[in-house]
Amino acid sequence: MMHREAIPRVVVKLLIPFLLLYALYVQFHGELGPGGGFQAGVIVATAVILYGLIFGLAEAKRIVPPRLIEVLVPLGVVIYAGVGFAGLLAGGNYLDYFVLDPDPVHGQERGIFWVEVGVLVTVSSTMTAIYYAFSGRGR
Amino acid sequence: MIDALIYGALILLLIATAIGMARTRSLFAVVALGGIYSFLMALALLVLDAVDVSMTEASVGAGISTVLLLGTLYLTRLHETLPIRLSPAPLAMSVITGLALLYGVVHLPPFGDPSTPMHRHVAPRYLEDVVRETGVPNAVTAVLASYRGYDTLGETTVIFTAGIGVLLLLRRRRRQPSDGKDKAGR
Repeated sequence: MMHREAIPRVVVKLLIPFLLLYALYVQFHGELGPGGGFQAGVIVATAVILYGLIFGLAEAKRIVPPRLIEVLVPLGVVIYAGVGFAGLLAGGNYLDYFVLDPDPVHGQERGIFWVEVGVLVTVSSTMTAIYYAFSGRGR
Repeated sequence: MIDALIYGALILLLIATAIGMARTRSLFAVVALGGIYSFLMALALLVLDAVDVSMTEASVGAGISTVLLLGTLYLTRLHETLPIRLSPAPLAMSVITGLALLYGVVHLPPFGDPSTPMHRHVAPRYLEDVVRETGVPNAVTAVLASYRGYDTLGETTVIFTAGIGVLLLLRRRRRQPSDGKDKAGR
């Protein structure tokens, strides 16, 4: 029943690489422009959801398995909290980025980078998980 | 002058969208109007120079929420059933909440007033030292991830908790009537 919808399928296939690229831009350009881990995470989830909407939930789950999502949801928090422990191990306080590098400004940039990665991982996987849970329910 | 025109137009459009949502019985139209409402809110936040919040509103409010609500519509009916009888309590509650919010808005300081406490407490220090201390020109990112790192860790944990909660609630398999044991957790 889906095979007749050629135009949405082609458009979505063309669109998804750009969506993911834009998410990476929002993620890594968040220090300079608007955006950051949260927004980038939502855009990544949008790409998965768009794929699921057009190609069907089963196909989306084949590419992004729910098992992976269930690992990623807590992994992001672990990454974020891990940055805090890295600060402790480096001799500073919890979530102290100044000690993450001999140059304090570099330490800040490093800490912010990994913290944003943690936010990205948790937000994108949580949004995808909620979508899977919602659309996986039969009537 | 231009600003006032843009604000006025946005507020009128927001009100029109809200009235449209309240009046229509087609839930599909309500979801679509909800998306429009979120995009208008994103525009309003953009006009207020809150670009980061605007992006979030556009992607979460207009994007993901709309998709989730459409997914919910698939599980329910497309039309709202007419209420059996008029219930004044929810209406009164809405009106009272709205009036309370309006009362609160009247007492807010003028937008962008530099003499208010929120602009005199730690904000100047952040804005003056952010590039020297963190090397991050976007002060919003620096405040979120560095100065207020604990808060953002808490927020990330909240998102994690919300995701786990939704998964626990929605992924629950229906219990087999013949099966006495609880297989709900899978």
